[in-house]
Amino acid sequence: MTTNPSRNVLLLPALDLVQGRVDLTHGAGGRAMGQLIAQVFSQALGNEYLAQGDDGARLPPCSGQLVLATDAHVVSPLFFPGGDIGSLAVHGTVNDVAMMGAQPLYLAASFILEEGLPLADLVRIVASMAAAARAAGVPVVTGDTKVVERGKADGVFITTTGVGVLADGVCLSGANARVGDVVLVSGPIGDHGMAIFSVRENMAFASPIQSDSAALHGLAAAVLRAAPGTRLLRDPTRGGLAATLNEIAQQSGVGIALDEAAIPVRPAVHAACELLGLDPLNLACEGRLLAVCPPAQADAALAALRADPLGTDSARIGVVTDDARCMVQMATRLGGRRMIDWLAGDPLPRIC
Amino acid sequence: MKYVDEFRDAGIARALAAEIARAVQPARTYRLMEFCGGHTHAIARNGLADVLPAQVQLIHGPGCPVCVLPIGRMDQAITLALERGVIVCTYGDTLRVPASGKCSLQTAKAQGADVRMVYSPLDALHIARSNPAREVVFLAIGFETTTPTTAVTVLQAQSEGLGNFSVLCNHVLTPAAMHAIVSVPGGIAVDGFIGPAHVSTVIGSAPYAPIARDWHKPIVIAGFEALDVLRSVQWLVCQINEGRAEVENEFTRAVTEQGNRKAQELVARVFELRTDFEWRGLGSLPDSALQLRAAYAGFDAERRFGVAYQPVPDHKACECAAILRGQKQPQQCRIFGTACTPETPVGSCMVSSEGACAAHYNYGRFRTPA
Repeated sequence: MTTNPSRNVLLLPALDLVQGRVDLTHGAGGRAMGQLIAQVFSQALGNEYLAQGDDGARLPPCSGQLVLATDAHVVSPLFFPGGDIGSLAVHGTVNDVAMMGAQPLYLAASFILEEGLPLADLVRIVASMAAAARAAGVPVVTGDTKVVERGKADGVFITTTGVGVLADGVCLSGANARVGDVVLVSGPIGDHGMAIFSVRENMAFASPIQSDSAALHGLAAAVLRAAPGTRLLRDPTRGGLAATLNEIAQQSGVGIALDEAAIPVRPAVHAACELLGLDPLNLACEGRLLAVCPPAQADAALAALRADPLGTDSARIGVVTDDARCMVQMATRLGGRRMIDWLAGDPLPRIC
Repeated sequence: MKYVDEFRDAGIARALAAEIARAVQPARTYRLMEFCGGHTHAIARNGLADVLPAQVQLIHGPGCPVCVLPIGRMDQAITLALERGVIVCTYGDTLRVPASGKCSLQTAKAQGADVRMVYSPLDALHIARSNPAREVVFLAIGFETTTPTTAVTVLQAQSEGLGNFSVLCNHVLTPAAMHAIVSVPGGIAVDGFIGPAHVSTVIGSAPYAPIARDWHKPIVIAGFEALDVLRSVQWLVCQINEGRAEVENEFTRAVTEQGNRKAQELVARVFELRTDFEWRGLGSLPDSALQLRAAYAGFDAERRFGVAYQPVPDHKACECAAILRGQKQPQQCRIFGTACTPETPVGSCMVSSEGACAAHYNYGRFRTPA
């Protein structure tokens, strides 16, 4: 993504950012593309690295192991209560880097735009992305834009790639859980999934539910400071808590025992799930993390989570058990037991 | 959450379970069939088997609309979607029901068919209005609970003069299925029924009386909450101990003896009995399903497109039939959890979360030794 508006670009009349729409020339490599980049992307995202205006960003040297993560965002609708595809594209990748225990440093962003997308929507999305990146302190340093014909995409798809650096000795992995470890969650589950559900075209219902979409690197760092022995961090996005815990159980070769009564769920999410026949355990979060900690450090980790505004409702929800079949089980409120499995099928495609 | 938490109170559940444990006779078993998939789901999700004494055995019944759909019915819908260019709308679980040739509506969609998941038949009507140049078919499934909404949809389509909307009707009747279960040749080892919840809000409790009386099976109509299930088990144990076989209604907050007259009238206006209908597991049963009356023939997809029903045998190894009749448990099926999983269902009971196999796989398989 070059950012120095060339003389040629300046010769064109300014884009109509109120009534205008993306057309195929905006991705064709000509003056129109340069103009879109200058007026929409550089305007909002501008920083010293983007300003280099070259095919990639030259970044300062850094010491420590690097972490690289990438995430494609195809959420529908593009705007939802509590966020939009722009902020989500920042949070999603920042969180993937943060769950590795790394300090996120830079993002790259690649946009696939559909012909006909209102420029006003694009401006709004890019502004939201810029605000999220600024708030997280992780600049978008390079990017790319392509335009496809109407019907070949759905408004806009955004892929972000993040790079981060690990402090010495930090090595979190889903394979690290040990029998006896404690499982913590940083707040109520399912808010993002239900927020999207509530505004889907064929589903719209009035609800106060907002997506929890947020950058979690501060929270992750706080946990690691308070509980340096933390085995792993994960953000339970697609598939929700159920899928994430099953991944951990499989990777670590252990079982996990949950306590249903301890898992935080907002009453509005719970009520909507009852209505729709969904389970909050399968709904995506975009601003929650799971931490698995050795028992001796669990209290410290929980206190650190709760001390952060993003983690005030954190809870201890289960323990890691010895189970050759790697099953996730739950003690129900009623005093029975059941399994928590991966969900077959997808109740809600395109949530992130 | 109000109106829900009251029916899931752990303290009351413990007290009820203790009362049931005191009431059961140690030397006998109480084989209770929950007819509805809604109950199967509630039992599995709450782990109620752990709460009940060993003498009480819960047997899953056929009351899961997706589970009783035979392969041939899915084939009709897939033919419409793939070969006739029709937009087929249906409820989510139905998309994954296996049909002939390893096909399902979901795989048909991937092949280019226009298949849409809806939450209500009125959504299908909306799709028909928005696509006047296309034919839109609602694949209607379900027991008496969902039939009235299909009836309302047909009447609405008629009043709007929508010429591109029709219904592929697979609505089935609960009492007929219950009768089929109790009259299985050689008899079945079921001592009583946990009776349908939502179905009974529509049809009332009266239609079960002949089954209780003629086959001497106690029936307790129960809501879908955990405490409803425990209470109905308690009442059934009591009836069995006393040698009674009556229809009792635990779900009085929603069910009356006569049911919802207005819904019944709507259904009677739009639908009539089919002479027979093939159920997965129960075979062809007379007077067990509905079709659109002649006055609404224009909205009947079977007539409109001339797609006749062709019976197709189930997969040879699949035990869905015996499971739906309460004669086998899911884990007794050879392909349970191996060839047949929720991701790759061979039989219909592995599809819906209300199906006996899916409920056991998703919630209970830790109980089965590896």
